[in-house]
Amino acid sequence: MAFLDFRGGSGRVQIVSKRRATCGRHSWSPRVGACVQRTHLVRKRALLGGSNKPRLHVGSGAMEGAMQTESKIRADSRTEPGPRGPGCSLRHFACEQNLLSRPDGSASFLQGDTSVLAGVYGPAEVKISKEIFNKATLEVILRPKTGLPGVAEKSRERLIRNTCEAVVLGALHPRTSITVVLQVVSDAGSLLACCLNAACMALVDAGVPMRALFCGVTCALDSDGTLMLDPTAKQEKEARAVLTFALDSVERKLLMSTTKGLYSDAELQQCLAAAQTASTHVFRFYRESLQRRYSKS
Amino acid sequence: MRETTLTSSTSTLVHTTLPSTYQKETLGGRTEGGRSEGKGRIFSPVIGSTVLSRTVEPLEYYRRFLKENCRPDGRELGEFRTTTVNVGSIGTADGSSLVKLGNTTVICGIKAEFGAPPTDAPDKGYVVPNVDLSPLCSWRFRSGPPGEEAQVASQFIADVIENSQIIQKEDLCISSGKLAWVLYCDLICLNHDGNILDACTFALLAALKNVQLPEVTINEETALAEVNLKKKSYLNIRTHPVATSFAVFDDTLLIVDPTEEEEHLATGTLTVVMDEEGKLCCLHKPGTHFPSVSVLNM
Repeated sequence: MAFLDFRGGSGRVQIVSKRRATCGRHSWSPRVGACVQRTHLVRKRALLGGSNKPRLHVGSGAMEGAMQTESKIRADSRTEPGPRGPGCSLRHFACEQNLLSRPDGSASFLQGDTSVLAGVYGPAEVKISKEIFNKATLEVILRPKTGLPGVAEKSRERLIRNTCEAVVLGALHPRTSITVVLQVVSDAGSLLACCLNAACMALVDAGVPMRALFCGVTCALDSDGTLMLDPTAKQEKEARAVLTFALDSVERKLLMSTTKGLYSDAELQQCLAAAQTASTHVFRFYRESLQRRYSKS
Repeated sequence: MRETTLTSSTSTLVHTTLPSTYQKETLGGRTEGGRSEGKGRIFSPVIGSTVLSRTVEPLEYYRRFLKENCRPDGRELGEFRTTTVNVGSIGTADGSSLVKLGNTTVICGIKAEFGAPPTDAPDKGYVVPNVDLSPLCSWRFRSGPPGEEAQVASQFIADVIENSQIIQKEDLCISSGKLAWVLYCDLICLNHDGNILDACTFALLAALKNVQLPEVTINEETALAEVNLKKKSYLNIRTHPVATSFAVFDDTLLIVDPTEEEEHLATGTLTVVMDEEGKLCCLHKPGTHFPSVSVLNM
């Protein structure tokens, strides 16, 4: 795993500073060797069970009063455990990083009852047939919970891959491959958004240089036009339209969008605005979880 | 059609000092003097005394044209290629169509067969689309199981059929729980010159309008289906979804109906499917930056 991302560049300061935090106690120098040693030490300690560094961060994700749109907001009235607060809110989410020993980076993201496990290998050796001369080859593999991967998985893999390609600085690692493997652990709605979040956290854990973080947000529109964020499986089934967006952390730009169902142009704008507001909370959660992880090392 | 005078695309004539001047070109984004600015539409991408080649630096070559708001094949940024449709040419299929968007050619054949309706929806038939991108259409594809692009396109067509409710699936049911029509739609690309999704959607719609299903009655005594081939009726097409694809260049420019070269050079693509009432059935934007939401409004 190369550490070439340390050589400046304001866009990457966020990620870099986190890594630097881990090397704070050593006399850090911009050589490949120095930080690798430190990471190995940390991992070894974790394996031996000696680390008391918190890896699990739980966020509440509630966002009452944050909605600025004029859309009708319906209070969530499900009977599932942990109901959301009044107003349009995201489900309870949690993230755990560095839980697998073999991949370079791994993360598990939980949104309500939907859970996805992601592992990142890279930058690593690439097949000659797949190599690109000036940037890294990104590959995404999505495994469903049951059954063999089908055409729908391929389509989702393409969406996630294109989103990652937009943020990962592939030009720093030409002729290498970065593989993101996602395993669906449980699916209770908003699966694609959860996959995107897990992939982002895993890429951060692996130390892959990125120009921004990204997150996935799902919106559902039901037959009378009410907007629901982060719908459950039941809500998705009953909805008239389900829209999933991937947004970046720097300017909340739209990176990816995929939709299902019929909706009007105005409704699209409404959903996009709601998704942009919701993404602030997800990014805040990312930041808190990373801060917690690196502050106690 | 606009005439564009350029060196031929196979020429590799490059000035010996190209590297250094080129560096300034791409970094600065400004061209030296010698560029013909807006002199009608006869355009030659000449910088100083160097000649830009399509094969050596395709992106810069394209940028010259985009600055003048046109494209190498002479189209405007918002202009579509000439579209040709031929319906009902395949005799053995129940419905067929051939669509040409410029050079992109897609043929769609629909076969209707009997099948058992799915257990969770006993009064509905189903439609099975399949997009086949063979090595015939482009050098990028190899023979064997469907590659990623073919699978993504198949999923896209399935989503369009599902979302736009182009046909009522209940119309395909013959006997609830026992017998229903299954429409196998095979979309074969004969020539891939970009914008495959638009062509496939169009071919599918044209072929569905061409499908004629014979009348089927269930004989109560033998419980067998009797097909009356003499009496055929068309499918009831409820909406007419139309797909439009755009290629995004340098995060600011949207060009309509990209060719394969443009798709390859673009920073991203966007496909929007709308029906007659202006409702969006699908907004497929697989990745890369998008400048702002207002661009979506265009």
